[in-house]
Amino acid sequence: MRDVAVIGIGCTPFGEKWGSSFRDLFVQAGTMALEDAGVAGEEIGAMYVGNMSAGRFIEQEHVGALIADYAGLATAHIPSTRVEAACASGGLSFRQAFIAVASGLEEIVVAAGVEKMTDVGTGVSVDALAGAADREWEGFVGATFPGLYAMIATDYMNRYPLTREQLAQVAVKNHYNGARNPIAQFSQEITIETVLSSSLVADPLRLFDCSPITDGAAAVVLAPLERAREYTDTPVRVLASAQASDTIALHDRRDISTLDATVAAGKRAFEMAQLSPRDIDLVEVHDCFTIAEICAIEDLGFCRKGEAGRLTEEGVTALGGDLPVNTSGGLKACGHPVGATGIKQVCEVVQQLRGEAGRRQVDGARIGMTHNVGGTGATVAVHILGV
Amino acid sequence: MSSVARFWRKIPQRYNLVGTRCATCGRYFFPPRNLCPDCRRAGKIVEHRFAGTGTVVTYTVIRTASEQFEQMTPYVLAVVQLDEGPRFTAQLVCRPEEARIGLRVRPVFRRISADGESGVIHYGTKFAPGTP
Repeated sequence: MRDVAVIGIGCTPFGEKWGSSFRDLFVQAGTMALEDAGVAGEEIGAMYVGNMSAGRFIEQEHVGALIADYAGLATAHIPSTRVEAACASGGLSFRQAFIAVASGLEEIVVAAGVEKMTDVGTGVSVDALAGAADREWEGFVGATFPGLYAMIATDYMNRYPLTREQLAQVAVKNHYNGARNPIAQFSQEITIETVLSSSLVADPLRLFDCSPITDGAAAVVLAPLERAREYTDTPVRVLASAQASDTIALHDRRDISTLDATVAAGKRAFEMAQLSPRDIDLVEVHDCFTIAEICAIEDLGFCRKGEAGRLTEEGVTALGGDLPVNTSGGLKACGHPVGATGIKQVCEVVQQLRGEAGRRQVDGARIGMTHNVGGTGATVAVHILGV
Repeated sequence: MSSVARFWRKIPQRYNLVGTRCATCGRYFFPPRNLCPDCRRAGKIVEHRFAGTGTVVTYTVIRTASEQFEQMTPYVLAVVQLDEGPRFTAQLVCRPEEARIGLRVRPVFRRISADGESGVIHYGTKFAPGTP
């Protein structure tokens, strides 16, 4: 296996993009990434595209080919593969691209992610997202996605000392970061009061505990490390790529409040990179709900179970803290176009490691991590990047 | 809208909590599994009808639902642990303030949802506080 580097990144602004179609979004992100890498279209050996549910959101399947076509690569017959693992589709797309280059099979590979979610009403999108859980035994009885994470929160708060205010602080922190990220869906800072006075979605989770419905696309270009400097002065090395599975339904988990797939993928990633949690300068975790960020920080090994609420309250995970978490604004404030999220996380870490993150720059960042979850934790992808 | 067969074939499980048990290791499964995750090919799966009594492991009150369930909000959703061991997700037939972790529950037969105005009406098991 050979070393792999990210040589280019591109990400559209995230939000409710009424004026942009599915294809507008991925063409925009892909073009930005290729320009950033200085790569010509004909140099691309393969493409992977993370997409959860174009079938439900825009009634379009076969999006691998669609993307190759509208990226102007159909006549070059470049292989283009759609990767689906619900909200972890982007993370798995990145991992497939990494494997293709690391194996020596391909040289230049694009990993992308795209989701166009606002062409359907909220009821349809809530139902489509519920398909990330067990349709026959969760969705059938009326389980929504916020509802499943709310049941994690109920269990967690019954067992560990997490206050409602600490949970709200996750959203406050991520909005603070999002207000410093030009591509973020939400550019407004909020207060704990904003969260606590928002409407209940699924007790104890309120509207401001939840990530939004978002349109957006992101793309990155990978190359063998030994060739990376032909394209860029600032290659970012992929130090580890790990993936793990767990039961599709929340009710079958060993422990409701621990994402064992996060634990497994995190351990594998640290082993592969020969690093420990202390070595990580910043991490993008999958905060689809505030409780998910609390669980992620613990399950990745940054602290013991039950401590993440206190760390959040003390500012450890804020910009300027010992472990900045979700400097992009996370899914909460930057937005969550499900298939694109895993790739956007990589874009954020690459920007940080290049020192190009502007007002949200983590000083001296050299090693960053991404954590992307599908469903309530049935699939998890973890990557470590470094310069 | 889904085909009738998709829900018809699940009637024994949804109406009467018919699940499975591995005769090799004795583990119970609901929702049913046809392959024991512990014994895999060495397992021997047999049918088992669950008593249906159980305990609430965790719960929430759903206030924003998908289109099919919009009219029912707010409703209580829970993970219930059956006395034989397996856990699954179901609605509780109680007021939101009655729901709590550790609540003892019994099964009740209820309408779950409908596929629009002219589609199939889905029935199944919900849980009410108390013992039979």
